[in-house]
Amino acid sequence: MNVRAFFLFLMFPIASWAQGYAGLGGNAEGFARPESGYQFQFPKDHGPHPSYRIEWWYLTANLKDAEGNDYGVQWTLFRSALKPTESEGWQSPQIWMGHAAVTTSDTHYFAERLSRGGIGQAGVTAQPFEAWIDEWHMRGGDLTQLSLSASGSDFGYDLGLQAQGPLVFHGDRGYSVKSADGQASYYYSQPFYTVEGILHLPNQDIEVTGQGWLDREWSSQPLAEDQSGWDWFSLSFDNGDKLMAFRLRGERGDFTAATWIEADGQTTSLPDGSVLLTPLETNHVAQRDIPTRWQISLPEKGIDVVASALTPKAWMGTRFEYWEGPVTISGSHLGRGYLEMTGY
Amino acid sequence: MTRAAVQALLSHWRAHPLQLLTLLTGIALATCLWSAVQAINAEARASYERASAQLAIGQFDELRATGSMIPLSRYTELRRAGWQVAAVLEGALRVNGRSIRLMGVDMVAYPALPAIMQLEQSTNTPDPADMLTAPGRLLMSPKLSQVFQSADRFPPILTSGALPPDLILTDIGVAEQLLNRPNQISRLIILPDQPRKLPALSEIAPELQRIAPSSQLDTAQLTDSFLLNLTAFGLLSFAVGLFIVHGTVGLAFAQRRGTIRTLRALGLPMRNLIGIALGELLLLALIGGLLGLVLGYFLAGALLPDVASTLRGLYGAPIDGQMSLRPQWVAAGLAMATGGTLAASGQALWRLSRMPILAGPGLQAWGGGKISAWISGGFGFALIALGIIAYFTFGGLIAGFALLAGVLTGAALVLPLFISAVLDLLIQKARTPVTQWVLADMRAQLPGLSLALMALLLALAANIGVGTMVSSFRLTFTGWLDQRLTSELYVTAADETQAEAITEWLAPRTSAILPIRSTEIPHETGPLFLYGIVDHQSYRQNWPLIAKEPDVWDSVLNRGAILINEQLARRANLWPGDTVAITPDHILTISGVYSDYGNPTGQAIVSMPMLDRIVPDTETLRFGIRIAPEKATELAQALRAQFELSPTAVVQQAVMKARSLAIFEKTFVITSALNVLTLGVAGFAILTSLLTLWTQRLPQVAPVWALGLTRSKLAQLELLRSALLAALTACLALPLGLILAWVLLAVINVQAFGWRLPMHLFPGDWLALFLLTLIAATLAAAWPAWRLLRLPPADLLQVFANER
Repeated sequence: MNVRAFFLFLMFPIASWAQGYAGLGGNAEGFARPESGYQFQFPKDHGPHPSYRIEWWYLTANLKDAEGNDYGVQWTLFRSALKPTESEGWQSPQIWMGHAAVTTSDTHYFAERLSRGGIGQAGVTAQPFEAWIDEWHMRGGDLTQLSLSASGSDFGYDLGLQAQGPLVFHGDRGYSVKSADGQASYYYSQPFYTVEGILHLPNQDIEVTGQGWLDREWSSQPLAEDQSGWDWFSLSFDNGDKLMAFRLRGERGDFTAATWIEADGQTTSLPDGSVLLTPLETNHVAQRDIPTRWQISLPEKGIDVVASALTPKAWMGTRFEYWEGPVTISGSHLGRGYLEMTGY
Repeated sequence: MTRAAVQALLSHWRAHPLQLLTLLTGIALATCLWSAVQAINAEARASYERASAQLAIGQFDELRATGSMIPLSRYTELRRAGWQVAAVLEGALRVNGRSIRLMGVDMVAYPALPAIMQLEQSTNTPDPADMLTAPGRLLMSPKLSQVFQSADRFPPILTSGALPPDLILTDIGVAEQLLNRPNQISRLIILPDQPRKLPALSEIAPELQRIAPSSQLDTAQLTDSFLLNLTAFGLLSFAVGLFIVHGTVGLAFAQRRGTIRTLRALGLPMRNLIGIALGELLLLALIGGLLGLVLGYFLAGALLPDVASTLRGLYGAPIDGQMSLRPQWVAAGLAMATGGTLAASGQALWRLSRMPILAGPGLQAWGGGKISAWISGGFGFALIALGIIAYFTFGGLIAGFALLAGVLTGAALVLPLFISAVLDLLIQKARTPVTQWVLADMRAQLPGLSLALMALLLALAANIGVGTMVSSFRLTFTGWLDQRLTSELYVTAADETQAEAITEWLAPRTSAILPIRSTEIPHETGPLFLYGIVDHQSYRQNWPLIAKEPDVWDSVLNRGAILINEQLARRANLWPGDTVAITPDHILTISGVYSDYGNPTGQAIVSMPMLDRIVPDTETLRFGIRIAPEKATELAQALRAQFELSPTAVVQQAVMKARSLAIFEKTFVITSALNVLTLGVAGFAILTSLLTLWTQRLPQVAPVWALGLTRSKLAQLELLRSALLAALTACLALPLGLILAWVLLAVINVQAFGWRLPMHLFPGDWLALFLLTLIAATLAAAWPAWRLLRLPPADLLQVFANER
C-alpha cells in the first residue's frame, strides 16, 4: 500500500534520525532490497520478512451504527528490524509497534503498544494467520476471515471481517515504486472486507457494520533522501470501484502513484502524474496546519471528487506522529475512505 | 554628623580587634555548622531524588514472585492478557573485585528514563541497534566507568552524569547474559496506562504479588531520620553559636556607652544611632555569614564521604560523595546568619534605645534579676510540659524530636532559676562575709551569664546524651556481633554444584557445616529476607533474642514457628504469640524476636524444611563453618585454593566483625565530631560573657578591694565563681543528658533504624566530662582574672572618683 512506513525509535527522538520521516530515508545497508518481478507466495508472504527493515499489517475500516453515524477504525502492526536477522528472547533485533484508533465525528481515540520480537509478546504467523501485540490481535485461518481486537485505556473494539474479493497488487504486480530514483516496496492489499462488530467507547458499546481495507507492505528504504512525508488515500466508491492513491512530497518535486481497483478486483496501475491530489483547506491540529479537505482528480477514469475528513482531530499523537482518519467523498462519485498524512 | 558618628562607633572595633574577631567567629561558627549539615542533607536528598526519578524507582506498583525469579514466559502471558508491565532484571556484577548493582530494564517497554534522555541529547547519540542488540551498551556514571577501565569482557560503556553512583543501567537482554540468568525477571513494573478491561491477576499469574510503591523500601524515608538527627545537631550548634554573638554584642555596646553618651550629648538623635548600630550589625552578620558558609562548605565536603558511606552501608542508599554549591543554600545560610545575629543582638539594641541620655556606663548593667528569672523559668517549665504532651499525643519521630526540643530548651530556661535557688540556699548557710559576698555577687551576675550557662548546659547535655547512646550502642553491638557471628568461617559458593563439592570437601575437616539458605520475598511490610536454618547448638546457645516464648528453638525447628527480626517486629507490631502471613498460604506463629543491627530490612528465620515448603528450590550457596578458631585461617586459604574462590567468598569471622564495626564507627563519626564542636563553642560563649561582664564589674569589685581583699584573692575568687557556676550547670546537665540519651535510644533510634537498644550508664565518662567542664570554665575565667590581677590600683581607685 501506501508509504506508511514508520520508524521508530522508541525512546530515541526522531530528531536524531535526521533523514526523512521517522528515518525512513536512511540507508539500508545489510537489509534485503525489493526487486522487480518478485513472485509472491501465500500464505508465506502474509508472515513477516525479517531481512527487510520495515513491514506492516495495516487495517482501516469505515463503519456506521444503526442510526447512520460514521466511525473509522485503525489497527496497525509495524515491524522494524534493527538488524536483518531474527533471534530468540530479548536478543531479537526485531521491534514491533502497534497502533489502534477509533474515530467518531467529534473525537479520536488512539493507543500505542511496543514490543520486541523473540519473546512472543508480538509477532505474525502466516499459517494459521495471526498478527498480535500484547492482547491486540488480527487472526483467522487465512486472510479471508479475520477477527480483530484492540483496546486502549478509554476505548476498544471487537470486529469480524469477511473478504468479498481477491487480493490486489499495486505497482508492477506488487512491486510499488516510491520515487523517481527507484526506491520501492512490496505492496499488496485486501480492500474487499465487510466488517461487523462492536466499538467500546467510554459511555457505550456500539454495534457497527461497514467496509475494511488491509494493506501489506515491506521494504528496506521506501523513501528517497529528499522526500519528507506523504499523503495517502484509500477510497471506496458507492458503485464498488476503489482507488488507492499517494503523493510523496519531495524537495525535487512530488511523486504520485495510484491503483484503480474495479469491483471484481481488476486493477490498473497508474504511473507518476496520473492522479492529481490538491489540498483545499487546512485545519490547525497538534500545533501545525494539516490539509483536511482534498480534491482528487483522475481524468483517465472520470474521477473528480472532494475528500473531507470526518473530523480534523484524527491526529495520532504516538511516538511517531501522523494524521490518520476516515474521509467522506463527494463530487463526481460518492463514497468513503481513509486518509493518512505524515511529515507535517 | 552621621559620618562622624559612624567613624566614632566603628573605631571601637579598631581598638578591640580581638572582640571583632570573636564576634565574627561566633557568627561564622553558627552559620558554618548549620550550613554544613544543611549542605549534607541537601546533597543526600538530591542523590535519592535523582536516583528515583532517573530509574523510575518507587513510582509504580510492582509485581514480584515470592522468593523466586519470574520466568520470561510469565511476562509474555501477562502482556498477552493486556497487562501493561515492564520487565526488570537486577543483580550484582563483580568487576575487579567490586560488587556493583546491575539493573537491566526492557528498554522497549520501560518508561522513558531521564538517564537515557540525557544521553540522547549528547552529541554522540547511541544507535538503538547498539543498545538493544549484542553486545549492547552499559550506562553508568563517569566515576564508575573508571572501575571498568582495565576490565575487558564487558560491553562498551556509555557514561551519563544523571545516573547514581554504584549502578549500571542496561537493556534486559544484556543483563541476562552478564548475570547469567537467561529468561528470568526480577520484578515487573506496572505501567500507568492500562487497557480498559484487564483480567484479574489471580487468573493469569496467581503466584505474583502486587506491591504498592509505599511498601517498597523507600530509601529517602529511611534515611530521613538519619538526616533529621544531623539537622537537630546543626540547629543545636547554631543556637550555641548565637550565644557567642549575644555575649560579644552585649560587651561591645557596654564598652561603647561612653562614646554613645558623648554622641547623644552632641545632638545625634537616638533613631540615627539605632540605624547606625543596625547597619553595623548587618554588615558584620554578612561578613561572618560568608565566612561561615565557606567554612561550612569545606566542613560538609570533609564530612560528606563519611555520611555517604554510612548511608550506603546502612541503607544501600546511593549517595554521591561530591558536593555541589547550590544558590538557595548560600541564601539560606546568609539569612540564618543575619537573622540569628539580629535576634542575638536584640536585647543589646533594645537596651541601647531605652538608655537615658546621660546614663553612666555599666553601673547597673544587667537589670532584670529575679523577676525575669521567674518568667523565663515558668516559660521553661511550660516548654518541658509541651514537649512531653506532644510526645505522648503524637508519637513517632517528629514527636520524639519535639520532646527533645521541649525538654532541652525548657531546661535551659529553667537553669537561671535553678542556680539562683541553689545560691540562695548557699547564702543562708554561708558564715563568712567574703563567702556571702561571693555568692551574692554570683547571683547578681547571673542574668548576664545565664545565656552562656544555657549554652554550656545544652552542650553538656548533648555530650552526655549522645555519648551514652553511642557507647550503649557500641557495647550492645559488639556483644551482638559475638552472639550472631558464631561460625569461624563463612563461605559463599558460586552455584549449587560448587556448593555440593565444597560441603563434601569440608565435611571431614570441620566440626559442623551450617547451611545458610535465604531468599527474598515480597511482603506487605516491604522486602523480607527469609532464612532457613538447621538445628545446632550455635543457634540455641548464642542467637540474640530480645523477646521469646518458652521452648523457642523447639517451636521453630520442630513445630513450624518463625523468628522475626526486631525491625519487622516494630514496623508491623508483631511479637511472640502473634502470627505473620509470610505468603497468603503460610501463616506462622512467631515464637521469638531477635535483634538485628545494621540492616534496615525485615528478616525472618524458619527451619530448613519450612523454608522448602514456603519457597521450594531455594539454592543453598552460603555456609557457616564451625572449626577450632586457630585453624580458621589455614582452612580459609585451603578452601580458596581448592575451589578457586575469591577472597570475598571465604570470610573469616574476625574480618566480618571488623568490617561491621567499621560501618558502625562511621555511623557515629559525624555525631561525635559535632558533639566536640558544640562543647568548644559553649566554652567560648562563657569566655565572651565573662569578658562582657568584666567592664561592668569594676564598680562592684572596687569597694571589696578597698575593704582589703587583695587583687590576687579577687582573681582567685573570679576563677572559683566561674568553676562553681559551671559545676552547678553540669549538675543539671547530667539528668538532662540522660533524658536525651533515653529519647535517642528508645524513640529516635527505633524510628530511624528500627531497633531499640538497652541503655548503659557510664559514670566514668561523666566524671571526665565534669572535670573537663570545670577546666573549660576556669580557663574561660582565666583571662578576666589575669586582667584583674594586673589591674593598676589607680583604675580601681577611679571608681570612687567622679570621672566615670
